[in-house]
Amino acid sequence: MLGFNALVSIALLYGAFLFSVAFAAERRAAQGRDGWLRSPWIYTLSLSIYCTAWTFYGAVGYAARSGLEYLTIYLGPSLVMIGWWWLLRKLVRIGRAQRITSIADLVSSRFGKSSLLGVIVTLLAVVGVTPYIALQLQSIAQSLDVFAARGEGGWTARDGGSAALWSAVGLALFTILFGTRNLDSNERHHGIVMAIAVEAVVKLGALVGLGIYVVWGLGGGVSDMLARLDASPIAAWEQSGGRWIGFTLLSAGAFLCLPRMFQVLVVENADESHLATASWAFPLYLALMSLFVVPIAVTGLDILPAGTNPDMFVLTVPLSQGRDGLAVWAFLGGFSSAASMVMVATIALATMMSNHIIVPMWLRSRRGGAMMAGDVRAMVLTARRASILGVLGLGYLYFRLSGGGTALASIGLVAFVGVVQVLPALVGGLFWRGATRGGAATGLLLGFAVWFWAMFLPSVGDGTAIPAGVMQAGPFGIDFLRPQALFWTGGLDPVLHAALWSLALNVAGFVAVSLASFPGPVERLQGAQFVGVFELSEGPGSWARGAADAEPLLVMAQRIIGAPEAQAIFASHAALQGKEGRLPDVTPEFIRALERELAGSVGAATAHAMIGQMTEGVSVSVEDLIAVADETAQIMEYSNRLEQKSAELGRTAAALREANAKLTALSVQKDGFLSQISHELRTPMTSIRAFAEILRDDGLDEAEQERFAGIIGDEAGRLTRLLDDLLDLSVLEAGQGLLDLRPTSLGGVVDRALDAALPLRDGLGLHRDPELDRLEVVTDPDRLAQVFINLIANARKYCDAPRPELRIVWNPAVHAVDFIDNGSGIRPDQGRVIFEKFSRLSDAGKAGGAGLGLAICREIMTRLGGGIRYLPGQGGGVFRVELPPSPTSETR
Amino acid sequence: MAEGPRSGTRPPVFLARASYRRRRLHDTARLAPVAAAFLWALPLLWPHGETRVSAVLVYLFVTWGLSVLASAALARALRRAERDTDTDG
Repeated sequence: MLGFNALVSIALLYGAFLFSVAFAAERRAAQGRDGWLRSPWIYTLSLSIYCTAWTFYGAVGYAARSGLEYLTIYLGPSLVMIGWWWLLRKLVRIGRAQRITSIADLVSSRFGKSSLLGVIVTLLAVVGVTPYIALQLQSIAQSLDVFAARGEGGWTARDGGSAALWSAVGLALFTILFGTRNLDSNERHHGIVMAIAVEAVVKLGALVGLGIYVVWGLGGGVSDMLARLDASPIAAWEQSGGRWIGFTLLSAGAFLCLPRMFQVLVVENADESHLATASWAFPLYLALMSLFVVPIAVTGLDILPAGTNPDMFVLTVPLSQGRDGLAVWAFLGGFSSAASMVMVATIALATMMSNHIIVPMWLRSRRGGAMMAGDVRAMVLTARRASILGVLGLGYLYFRLSGGGTALASIGLVAFVGVVQVLPALVGGLFWRGATRGGAATGLLLGFAVWFWAMFLPSVGDGTAIPAGVMQAGPFGIDFLRPQALFWTGGLDPVLHAALWSLALNVAGFVAVSLASFPGPVERLQGAQFVGVFELSEGPGSWARGAADAEPLLVMAQRIIGAPEAQAIFASHAALQGKEGRLPDVTPEFIRALERELAGSVGAATAHAMIGQMTEGVSVSVEDLIAVADETAQIMEYSNRLEQKSAELGRTAAALREANAKLTALSVQKDGFLSQISHELRTPMTSIRAFAEILRDDGLDEAEQERFAGIIGDEAGRLTRLLDDLLDLSVLEAGQGLLDLRPTSLGGVVDRALDAALPLRDGLGLHRDPELDRLEVVTDPDRLAQVFINLIANARKYCDAPRPELRIVWNPAVHAVDFIDNGSGIRPDQGRVIFEKFSRLSDAGKAGGAGLGLAICREIMTRLGGGIRYLPGQGGGVFRVELPPSPTSETR
Repeated sequence: MAEGPRSGTRPPVFLARASYRRRRLHDTARLAPVAAAFLWALPLLWPHGETRVSAVLVYLFVTWGLSVLASAALARALRRAERDTDTDG
């Protein structure tokens, strides 16, 4: 009979075989001959790590206890694979585009490369998966115990425990050797993948071989077996619909969220098209794995004595029939299941721990930053190796502490519900751009807490972690917090109860906080990239700003991914930029690409932080965001341009309207001017004609003749003056006529004007500013005198004070001569029109002029380079004659 | 606006026959897990007590096998469609 030494030798030989397979695969990959390693079949087989020892041994036990319910654990993943187009394809695309290294990295990366989320998911995974690893060690120990229980070969049941320890050590060695050989930028481990592919074949072969033996060797064919099934205790099992659907969904979720499944599904995926093959091949694998579970369970219940552990039927059934070869094969199958699960789960957890906890802490402890951090690469590898040992140590510890008594299946379900807490953040992050970091963290923590309270602690053992009193009455007597009856829902199945409440609160927290919070810029960028991974062929535009030299970046990259790899990346980017030499320009594109490369080794959050240190502040500016939202920016630019154009058009139209109005007004003015002129000319002409006709008549005495001739003379004079004025104005307006500019004493000009307008100085009190005599201006004295005469004459004519006075004052502040009278002045509304032609205020008769005087004054002053204004509100009429500023000088 | 085959920069509203078929293929791929889930939940509705466990077992594995076949055919069709798009440009 088979002894202990023989079994251990076989196990060791098998281990050595796996070792050589892995080694050969690594060598082929290193030589570049990895075409075969990258086939979709290897990918599909590597997915088989879903079927752990829990499946291999536990499924039979599960079937023996709960009928067909074990199928839910395989139907769920089959649904996910069949629905690959919907979710897995996106997940794999994102994983490749973003260089995702683990599920914690994915969640962290999606929510703005958040370190916090990475830590939360890592801790969740460690707490959830450690019992699962313990379960694998336990299954190895139990399977050895089965052989030991036969009492042959001189070994005892105690050896099972030490076998578990030695298995753990061996697995740790294997994992460290092949899992941390290098910091592969894609985290692909060809050796390990190859080994688990071989193990996948071994375990499938073992179950199928045993199944064939049971059905056709022991059972007598398919129909016989089905008849025995209907007669067995399994047939009496009543399936609960809630558990059936709930467990199917749970296993589907866990299939996505288990760190080791994420590792093989996404991280180790070499080609997206492999998914298409796996979409049907993996459900087929699962179907084959579970096909013979029920026959084995039925046979075991049938032929083995009552009370035999159904979890070990896979071994005890062939052993009871003396089929040692089959039993050893089954043992190797179980060992394979356990080993492959432990290896991949450990790598996945170790990657998460080192990338999200150890390396960030180490970097933080070194204040100098990534540049000063020494050999990061060696440090990360060490951290990963230590993490592998740590994870396996934790698993072994849990195995020793829990005593290995619980049914295998229940531990698996505890882990499932634990890791499935990541699902809301994962799926929400993939399909909902509104999902935020705060929401994800809240959901994860809530779900984690509920799971820990309602499922994990109770699973450790009745009354050990939670006292029986608390289980019955709730903590501090709060009965709606009883671990297995939250909110008075005690009627539910405990697993469903925990899954329901943890996920419900998880989703509620996730959605509520996401809706209420506002994501940061990096978060929004990542969200857009994740949700729209198929639409965005390229990454977003530049976001890394600030200066960094290529040299230190290369130094840092070499420390993380190794010198030849880093140099190759730099050189290829330099070539891409069309540069000679090995150092590229540090463009935002290059920094982004480099960050991706580094993220493939140390995770997104850490790579982001390191690059951030190098480039001194990776801030996302508003301009960057606009550049990222390329399309939006273009549309906005276009609409901006349209807006500008339309504003321009609007302005042009307004200008045209204005010009039109001006033309219309001018035309009206011209008409008015013509009618004014004809009127002004007609009045004197009428009287001249009338008196000329009277003179022609006889019978007029001398005196009358003389008077009428005088009137004719006066009117003719008026006509002449009017025509003179008109001529003068038209000359001035046309800008014709030469100005006789010369230095002139201002006082002299005023005196000349006074002599002309007031030869006798009568009827108007005068105050003449003596300052005027000291001033000399360069001007045309005749024209200026004409203006002054006009103003003085006006004052004399219109000043309505009882004792009219005129003050002529020099105003040095504005360089003007003010003519101030003490009359009532001009009404403000008339102030504006007095300089227009033919504008005459109040009674026209009194003026005796044509109303051209002030218009002429304005023209003169304009031509002299000054101006004339009426100042309202000065307590009298004030005309200000402004003189051109410059060529004035004081004569002392 | 939606009349022409191409309106501005938006993707066309009406597709050529080939791309139309490809879209419907994608729809099928998305619906496949729903159909499978329905098939696998169906035994829950069968009357308790009268249904033999063996019948349920056989039914589940037969539908499982059919799902695998359908999924394989679908994967083939999808891959071919993708290849055609690539070569067509």
